[in-house]
Amino acid sequence: MNNQAASMQAVPAEANAPLVEVRELHRVFDLSKRWLNRVLEGSGKVVLTAVDGVDMTIRRGETYALVGESGSGKSTIAKMVVGLLPPTSGTVHINGVDIWGERGARQRQMRRKIQMIFQDPFASLNPRWRVGSIVAEPIKAFGLIADAHDRQARVGELLSLVGLDPLDAGKFPHEFSGGQRQRIAIARALASEPEFIVCDEPTSALDVSVQAQVLNLLRDLQERLGLTYLFISHNLAVVRHMATRVGVLYLGRLVEEAPSRELFSEPKHPYTRMLLDAVPDIGMEGVEREPIAGEIPNPVNPPPGCHFNPRCPHVMEHCRTTVPPLCEVNQANVLCHLYEGGALARPYGI
Amino acid sequence: MNPTLSVKNLRVEIPTRRGVLTAIDDLSFDIAPGEVLGVVGESGAGKSITGSAIIGLLDPPGRIASGEIRLGKERIDNLPPSAMRRIRGNRIGMIFQDPLTSLNPLYRIGEQLTETILTHERMSAKAAWEKAERLLIEVGIPAAGTRLSSYPHQFSGGMRQRVVIALALAADPELVIADEPTTALDVSVQAQIISLLKRLCKDRGTSVMLITHDMGVIAETADRVCVLYAGRLAEIGAVRDVVKHAQHPYSLGLMAAIPSLSGNPDEKLEQIPGSMPRLGAIPEGCAFNPRCTYAFERCRMERPAVYPAGASRASCFLHDLAGGQMPPTETLRRAEADGILLTAPAGEGGR
Repeated sequence: MNNQAASMQAVPAEANAPLVEVRELHRVFDLSKRWLNRVLEGSGKVVLTAVDGVDMTIRRGETYALVGESGSGKSTIAKMVVGLLPPTSGTVHINGVDIWGERGARQRQMRRKIQMIFQDPFASLNPRWRVGSIVAEPIKAFGLIADAHDRQARVGELLSLVGLDPLDAGKFPHEFSGGQRQRIAIARALASEPEFIVCDEPTSALDVSVQAQVLNLLRDLQERLGLTYLFISHNLAVVRHMATRVGVLYLGRLVEEAPSRELFSEPKHPYTRMLLDAVPDIGMEGVEREPIAGEIPNPVNPPPGCHFNPRCPHVMEHCRTTVPPLCEVNQANVLCHLYEGGALARPYGI
Repeated sequence: MNPTLSVKNLRVEIPTRRGVLTAIDDLSFDIAPGEVLGVVGESGAGKSITGSAIIGLLDPPGRIASGEIRLGKERIDNLPPSAMRRIRGNRIGMIFQDPLTSLNPLYRIGEQLTETILTHERMSAKAAWEKAERLLIEVGIPAAGTRLSSYPHQFSGGMRQRVVIALALAADPELVIADEPTTALDVSVQAQIISLLKRLCKDRGTSVMLITHDMGVIAETADRVCVLYAGRLAEIGAVRDVVKHAQHPYSLGLMAAIPSLSGNPDEKLEQIPGSMPRLGAIPEGCAFNPRCTYAFERCRMERPAVYPAGASRASCFLHDLAGGQMPPTETLRRAEADGILLTAPAGEGGR
């Protein structure tokens, strides 16, 4: 495994303390055929490096967005951060607790503070449970409210918090539209009083007019309850609207990380520029754009050196051999040879 | 000039046990030669059903209940299946969302392309193979000659969609119906496919009906756009007019609800309350009235026709001030302030 992206400790001391700290996170999937087939066919092991040394720090009250195309490792990171998938190596600390190191009561206590909202609200709600039971489950599971009456009241409270009627608790999920189901999923996530919510493509299964409702609701709840989000999306316009800090993933590596404003006004990594250029946007109507060449390569066999080198318009000789170092430019961290040594603040025209 | 495709008062019904659902209700539009018409709407608005109705592939029990569809001068909505089969592929090309399901995994790309070419054109197998190679070169597949003998799984998603485009254009159709052609693709690839489709159709003078839910794709590709809501036409007009100066309250709300790369990220998104009604539960009068902030008495009783509205045409009573009941002055004032261009003066203190 590469030892790139040394460590990113240069976090400026700010009022907001880090809530989530991810260090040197790796995840490798073994895609090899069975042992006997390998022997007979003389083929070796095949591994896919889904996440390759990712460092992130998410501060309290922040919305950290991960963007990237399919196969870049967004969802794998999300699963490792919430504790659904063990990392191959690396650590995830939430509130100072190592979620993969702790066991027992302390882990349980900490798990309560993490919740997840999934992409497809048609798959994430049990169709045979009433909405009330769905929302009450985390409360029961963590033993938060013992009295059934109080619990019911709390469910009603949660439902009205996400803009549903408390009486909806008696209905089944199929009686709701996609947007309303996503609200139910949000109410369920809020039931255990979490501090940190991972939203994995929360609106990509929804229609535009409903997407706006859910995005606004998420922002509202963040303000009211002081939540911290890890927001995963492939839609850059949505990310721009939600995030305070953005990380751009390419084949398992965080190629650029910056405050949202800076990333969108002054993208640094050639891949980020390419992505921003490629988004069809209603504001850019009538503008002819240069389409980008190539597609994301097969993650089983990524190009050596910088993974982006075959598609990069600024590729240099050593990009093809050496993994680029992490460079700090303004408030951004960029994984690119162009910014090496801090010499180039702006390597090419902006 | 005669339109390539003309749809008039189309009505598609789906009989079910609980009664007949109207999936498309009184929909009319034209596509001029060489024009790209975008069809947008949320899921369930009837975009794909419109496409299926035109190519005669409505899933039974769905059926065209009334109206007519003309391709050039010929009426095609009442043709027998055998005649329709000759039109599909030959005069209307189709591109579907998922390139993996529109290609047969057991046949080489070359075989699939030559089969399509030979079905519609009389030529030797060798000439067809050469034409297939030319098509692949045209859609930008490197090493086209050798790629003809590859199987679909050996192509990446974007390359597969290029092959599907080559298939759709194989018989030089007059019209291409592209149903969500880029939805299954990544952003960077999506941009490539859009510009390819646009370029090819422009070069050949092919008309395109582009069905998508992504307003960004429409804004960059289409010449005109038709906004559907609950199976009915909400607004139709030039892309620039509809995106920048939408005249129907629904399209106006829809445009404001889309997060953009140029807007202010600190501002909240505009949102339309509620969601689109299900087919069985479309409200009386205007289908949009329960979600509309400008709705008045008439909207709840009567169904609006399509009226000229600014530079486009919208199906909304705010644009029919000449006839019938007037909306309250306060509503008119609000609509005007939001950029809806009213046809008649909005009372004395309208501006």
